[in-house]
Amino acid sequence: MVATQEYKVIGTRPIRHDGLDKVTGRAIYGADVKLPDMLYGFVLRSPHAHARIRSIDTSAAEAMPGVVAVMTANDMPEAADELVDLGEGAINFSHASDHIMAMSKAKFKGHPVAAVAATSTNVAREAVAAIKVDWEVLKSAVTVDEALAPDAPVILDGWVGDDLGEKSTKPNVGSHFRHEFGDIEKGFADSTTIIEHRYDLAMVHQGYIEPHNGTAIWDQEDRVRLWTSTQGAFTVRTQLAGILQLDESRIKVTPTEIGGGFGGKIPIYVEPLAAILSKKSGGKPVRILMDRPEVFEATGPTPGGWVSVRLGVKDRKIIAGDADIRFDAGGFPGSPVGAAAMCVFSCYDIENTRIDGWDIIVNKPKTAAYRAPGSTHVAYAIECIIDEICEELDLDPIQFRLDNASKEGTRRGDGPIFPRIGNIETLEAARDSAHWNAPLDKNPGNGNVRGRGIANGYWFNVGLKSSVNLSVNTDGTVMLIEGSTDIGGTRASIAMQAAEVLGIRAEDIIPTVVDTDSVGYTDVTGGSRTTYATGFAAYKAAQNLIDELTARAATIWDIPEDEVVFEDGKFSSKSDPELSMTFKEIAGKLNETGGPVSSTGAVDLENAGGGFAVHICDLEIDPETGKTDVIRYTAVQDVGKAIHPSYVEGQMQGGAVQGIGWALNEEYFMSDDGQMVNSSYLDYRMPTSLDLPEIETVIVEVPNPIHPFGVRGVGEPPIVPPVAAIANAINDALGIRLREAPMNPGRILEALKEKNG
Amino acid sequence: MHPFDYVAATSIAEVNSILAQHGNRARPLVGGTDLLVQLRGGRFDLDAVVDIKGVPEANVLELNGALKMGSAVPLAVMYEDQAVRDAYPGLIDCAELIGGIQIQSRASMAANLCNSTPSGDTICPMIVHSAQVNITGANGDRTVAVEDFCTGPGRNVLEDGEWVLDIVFPAPASGFGAAYERFIPRNEMDIAVAGAASSVTLDGSGKITDALVALASVGPTPVFVTAITDLLVGKEPTEENFVAAGKIAYDAVSPISDMRGTIEQRRHLSGVLTRRTLTKATERAKAG
Amino acid sequence: MVDKVHVKTTINGQEYEFLVEPYMSLLETLRDVLNLTGTKEGCNDGNCGACTVEMNGRIVDSCCVLGAEVNGGTINTIEGMATAEGLHPLQQAFLEEAALQCGICTPGFLISAKSLLEREPDADEHRIRYWLAGNLCRCTGYDKIIKAVQKTQATA
Repeated sequence: MVATQEYKVIGTRPIRHDGLDKVTGRAIYGADVKLPDMLYGFVLRSPHAHARIRSIDTSAAEAMPGVVAVMTANDMPEAADELVDLGEGAINFSHASDHIMAMSKAKFKGHPVAAVAATSTNVAREAVAAIKVDWEVLKSAVTVDEALAPDAPVILDGWVGDDLGEKSTKPNVGSHFRHEFGDIEKGFADSTTIIEHRYDLAMVHQGYIEPHNGTAIWDQEDRVRLWTSTQGAFTVRTQLAGILQLDESRIKVTPTEIGGGFGGKIPIYVEPLAAILSKKSGGKPVRILMDRPEVFEATGPTPGGWVSVRLGVKDRKIIAGDADIRFDAGGFPGSPVGAAAMCVFSCYDIENTRIDGWDIIVNKPKTAAYRAPGSTHVAYAIECIIDEICEELDLDPIQFRLDNASKEGTRRGDGPIFPRIGNIETLEAARDSAHWNAPLDKNPGNGNVRGRGIANGYWFNVGLKSSVNLSVNTDGTVMLIEGSTDIGGTRASIAMQAAEVLGIRAEDIIPTVVDTDSVGYTDVTGGSRTTYATGFAAYKAAQNLIDELTARAATIWDIPEDEVVFEDGKFSSKSDPELSMTFKEIAGKLNETGGPVSSTGAVDLENAGGGFAVHICDLEIDPETGKTDVIRYTAVQDVGKAIHPSYVEGQMQGGAVQGIGWALNEEYFMSDDGQMVNSSYLDYRMPTSLDLPEIETVIVEVPNPIHPFGVRGVGEPPIVPPVAAIANAINDALGIRLREAPMNPGRILEALKEKNG
Repeated sequence: MHPFDYVAATSIAEVNSILAQHGNRARPLVGGTDLLVQLRGGRFDLDAVVDIKGVPEANVLELNGALKMGSAVPLAVMYEDQAVRDAYPGLIDCAELIGGIQIQSRASMAANLCNSTPSGDTICPMIVHSAQVNITGANGDRTVAVEDFCTGPGRNVLEDGEWVLDIVFPAPASGFGAAYERFIPRNEMDIAVAGAASSVTLDGSGKITDALVALASVGPTPVFVTAITDLLVGKEPTEENFVAAGKIAYDAVSPISDMRGTIEQRRHLSGVLTRRTLTKATERAKAG
Repeated sequence: MVDKVHVKTTINGQEYEFLVEPYMSLLETLRDVLNLTGTKEGCNDGNCGACTVEMNGRIVDSCCVLGAEVNGGTINTIEGMATAEGLHPLQQAFLEEAALQCGICTPGFLISAKSLLEREPDADEHRIRYWLAGNLCRCTGYDKIIKAVQKTQATA
């Protein structure tokens, strides 16, 4: 299905505006920031998963040559114990401050306890090693079940969570909520087939290649300047203001280029420490770069936990669904279990549903968003159970999904009614794809076996706030100023939307991502919102610019404004065909006819229009070793309208591959005393180029009616189906159901042994 | 990281002198892919590293019947040498699967041996090629068989001041073939969950006159399973016999469970990889 | 304390002469001493390839090399890949094929791919994937990177 409207710029594949700097090494990322007289910081972190700080002795570090400042949590301003909305998620500054540097107790291995600024990174590291901490090691709990056990340690002192509106009696319950519609008991009573299973997932990390970083100056007038690679400079400003107890207006955040985020670069970590060390150094700039183990051990992964789902079917219709979702939040509450609950039943139209969500505090790093946070977890459970139903009732897995598909008017499991969505069109495109219709030789003759799996996935996407400024150059080009950091080509996709309105080429828009002093508030590059919402702001700014230029044309021609029309990139008079100017021509006249023209566009979008992704996966498995290779993979997705198809495909491919890594090998491997023991790329085992085939893409375009070009968010849906698709392919190949991720060779071997005896 | 000095040595005597001067506070540097990472991770401190890549004798790659490989010869230089490829395909197996190209450009077999991890991918292939390690130092030279070199995880027979100058591989006998295979969940950039190197020598009638099997990542040191030699010598290179060899391997190893694999998985893989590499080595023996 | 080491080397065709701490990696040397920040740090332990440079004709992870080791050697980094005449064909193909998203791994991939095509201009897809396995990318799923290398081969 293809959107019918014809566009000149949208749907083409121009070279991205920031591309040249990124292929020549000129682009400045966070770690590339170097300021005069800069100091280098390093952080001392807890070696224990759960331990009380009896005392900290920094004297040896302070005495070392080259050390300029040393800080502990005593240097952190006292932050307010209140919840502040960050757009994608909320923050309690008291918790945030305790997270940035542990006040009295380390709640996970890697929890910061002190930091040093020195004249070189090596001196800072040596000084950190000289700080002595007297620890009282406490019992730790690293899984949901351990943290809910009767003898579980209290992780967050004084915390009382909400349990269905009551005060929780269990110390580590962050929250427990429920969504219930219809009559769940009757639904199951009426069902002729009921399948229920629990699916467990290990904690996994976003894995972006660029470690976190921050370079800060806190000067004598209490002004803070910060350079950092972040998904949202304004969100950093809000967090910094709360943690440092400064007015936002005293803080300027400059977002550098960012080396991947996937949700993990929304929270801040070292940034406040760099600022406080700067203040203690008399305002010298302080740069802190994390190393790779710090990134794994102390920055937000996505939760592990489990999802238990029960489905009831009658006459090929799912009539009852019950889900219990329990996520480990890390050392502070705030896992994406709410989002998981919004997604769990969203691919289906089920009359009777109940969803329980539990946010559980454990001694692991505080979780952060990771690409469609929570949705991959629930898709693993429900999409495998759907596959089991099809197997048991001998139904075609796509037809059964189509027969039960959610569509416009379906109530989502947490309440909202779906607007126009492309679930059915996406399933149909998968059914009609070359991949689904290609035969698979299940026994290729080399002793290996092959299998094919399919899964659906949903992500709701978000809208939120964005600002764009446009100004016209006399050569007919347009400067586009935006606050959305560009993680994967959004300068291009936003500029293209402005260019479409203005009737000029994408290359004639010059987009720049600026600091928080230089553009209106803009939410994070996350939630698959940037091309949608900042693109919408660019559309509005471009419309406003056309209005301004229309007035100017009227002035130039001395005719009433309503006599001027703008069509096909030209301003012209309705009555006098002689009067016509291209965008470029009028741009060239601006300085002589009243001066420069600029415009702004700002949006605050409550809704976004969700996206669906259906993935098809072929695996080849060595049954003797459990070795699994993906040999063919197709990602089908409703994107609303693909502004720049190459980068849309790139999102679909990248999300799919992150999901493949999650399914097969990635995990936080924890020791008995609660430590992550595989905190390196070597042992975390992300996919390499040699582990993958081509990732085929099928773009489906069901225009989003609330966006001027029909855009839906693209980035997140593609990570939702892979884990389930791979589980279903493993079952197709070997006849085993793996209900614990990662589904690595060891687990496959164990399951085969159990099956074959 | 504790600051250390760097010395680019150009002679054996210079290396010996620096190492003698610093005792266990100095080490030779070849690829740096293990040493620098370990120093940075605070595994141990040094006062000096001695770069031996400028020592001519450490850069020898000489195929003259036997193969003499200097301790600084990068894996890539070794596997790009067509004569070495043709003569020692069982060594090429391991050289081409360590790390990525970047690592292969720097790392050497000898340095992998000196790192002495049970998972070292080059060590088992060297054992089944009956390679000899030439050790030098201020106190003189000595030669040790590769299978006697490692004494524990990260530990070996080198005394303070000693270093490996080169490794000598005997000329492959007629009817000799060798192979190495490891199991990793990915296809590159991984540490062996288990690995097996096998060599077989066949006589004119096709009977096995010698068979050597060594296993990686399944014990505190590479595991040289001489019981397989005892089983196979004098027998036919059949699937059945190789399955039996795999069963011996299963019992001979003493793996641990860790983030990379479990005891049972590693035992099982030892058996499978033993059978597979014996089969491949036999194919090479017949072809060669 | 240890004394700095005097290093003379050729980087991107230019002679450089500098002092460096003997324990400092080539990666730190390039970035912090010479301000050649196009070479990136991803893991600092030889497992991501973001810091790939060409040293004496071979690609290496510059985090696993000491700055002092390059005395008398030849280094090529991303900063030397484009010339006054224009971009290297691989750089152009990466742009046209959208082979980068965040771009942090891109310099390493370009250096590795250039080395491959100079050695093996006809490398097939499996060989390209093998050669680039030492470079991690978390954004693209590698698909468009492989296609950009293949496009460069086709237009060479």
